[in-house]
Amino acid sequence: MVHVESLTKFYGRQMAVDDVSFTVATGDVVGLLGPNGAGKSTILRILSAYLPATSGTVRIAGLDVATQSEAVRRRIGYMPENNPLHPEMRVREYLKFRGRLKGLGVAESRRRVDQVTEECGLTDVSRRIIGTLSKGYRQRVGLADALVHSPDLIILDEPTIGLDPHQIRSVRAMIQSLGRSRTVLLSSHILSEVEATCRRVLILYEGRVVAADTAENLRRRVSGGTVVAEIAAPLATLRECWTACPGVECVELAAVDGGYVRCRFEAAAGQDLRAEVFQTVVRHGWALRELTLQQQTLEDVFLRVTCKEPAAEPVEPEES
Amino acid sequence: MGPGTANGAGVSEAPWAWPRRLQPFMTLLRRELSAYFLSLTGYVVMAAVLFLLGLSFVQMLTGYNGEALEAPLTEVFYSTMFFWLILLVSAPVITMRLFALERSSGTFETLMTTPISEGAVVLAKFTAALTFYLVMWLPLLVCLGIVSLYTPEGSPFEWRTVASTFLGITLLGALYVALGCLASAFTRSQVLAAMVALALGLTFFMLSFLRGPLGEALGLWGVVANHISLLTHMEDFVRGVVDTRWVVFYLGLAAWVLFLTVKVVESRRWR
Repeated sequence: MVHVESLTKFYGRQMAVDDVSFTVATGDVVGLLGPNGAGKSTILRILSAYLPATSGTVRIAGLDVATQSEAVRRRIGYMPENNPLHPEMRVREYLKFRGRLKGLGVAESRRRVDQVTEECGLTDVSRRIIGTLSKGYRQRVGLADALVHSPDLIILDEPTIGLDPHQIRSVRAMIQSLGRSRTVLLSSHILSEVEATCRRVLILYEGRVVAADTAENLRRRVSGGTVVAEIAAPLATLRECWTACPGVECVELAAVDGGYVRCRFEAAAGQDLRAEVFQTVVRHGWALRELTLQQQTLEDVFLRVTCKEPAAEPVEPEES
Repeated sequence: MGPGTANGAGVSEAPWAWPRRLQPFMTLLRRELSAYFLSLTGYVVMAAVLFLLGLSFVQMLTGYNGEALEAPLTEVFYSTMFFWLILLVSAPVITMRLFALERSSGTFETLMTTPISEGAVVLAKFTAALTFYLVMWLPLLVCLGIVSLYTPEGSPFEWRTVASTFLGITLLGALYVALGCLASAFTRSQVLAAMVALALGLTFFMLSFLRGPLGEALGLWGVVANHISLLTHMEDFVRGVVDTRWVVFYLGLAAWVLFLTVKVVESRRWR
């Protein structure tokens, strides 16, 4: 659906996007993740044919964004950052205006507006003036606008910025349901958001893609998770046993109440230690009261990938 | 099926019929026009213009003072100078919103990512502003009609001079509205847009006064000053003289200013 090849963008002398290449498959939900100023909005603006690239090519559904801009714009639904709307118009009137602007006929625009109003939960407010709506509803109007001409690709720039947790949840649910039938590309600087809505993640940092993979793969790639177990056994025996075990990179042991020892295992990349720990415990006939794989969040991944000097990696924080 | 449902590489564009091609323009034009009537600005401008026209109406009546005048009615109206005040002040106020507001609120981005060309956007906004400007002038017709009812037979309602006056109003309006569009396209501040448009308009107006002292005897610059003098042109129009040179002058100049506006709107592409 989207093919971006060595895309570069300068604003004057300042480089905003530096040789970015990626593809988005049809039906995928992809998140652009990066701190503010990483070039997310710039990339989305170039994709939506609002800004031209300094160099590189962008093809959407096989059409070149620079030379076949109008055809591309007919195929994408774009919601910019902060979701600008005309506050003096009524919801229905606005959506119809947008539909007509995007080339829908009179009857078709009416039909599509009915559909997206329903789809975005705007039926109750369709006659209200946009300026009087809450931010959550406005966001839905923006989404409805992006959907009204049934585009192949939906581009959302920071779709949940400035919303309260309830509204964020409902917008996320909408994006997820969109992702079932359409290709969605969204940007965010909030990790949990991308994690919750996107199947694939591109991590941007200072205008470059520093990582691109599925959320789980990224998580796994950076570290094979940490396993925590509480085992009833003498501390010295445990230490001896685990240091001999090949899969364990390092282990921290601390005695807790009731004769149990809390063990923190760091596994080598890509390994899950839980089965091994369990079998060892069974073999020795120890008691086990906890065995947990601590999931690395994308947050950890993000911090590691965007960290300027990976050598100065901080040690995992101690849990008392 | 919507136009976006065609998928895959090498999709050729559907051969859009003429009305289809015109649709984004007409849609935007309608919205821009309705925006004047949905916002307070539109009504404030109309009220102010109505007030000024009322003042000129009073002056016209006192000018007649129950006696017949040689000059046609429209010339009497023109001599009150309210025409220039309305033209100079209303055009910047009407146009300041067009691009500056869209830029400051960010809707410019949503507008330009729809399949509409820069030229169509500029033309639609210009047409909407000019239409509103003309609607704003309609009460003048009523004023002229009423005055002609109450004057002796010497100055009947002459539709020819009225038509040429309105032609002049339209042409000068086209130029001033175009200048306003240009000023608005430059900035995201409406106030700044209005100021710049006012400054441009006033400059043009002031240049017209060069014709007097220079005169035709002063060579090339005198002739040029006479030719670009808005005062001279408008005096012709209110007398019922339609000089095609002036028609071409205004249409050409307005088109050129609109072309500049399109370039300014496009400038985000090479900035």
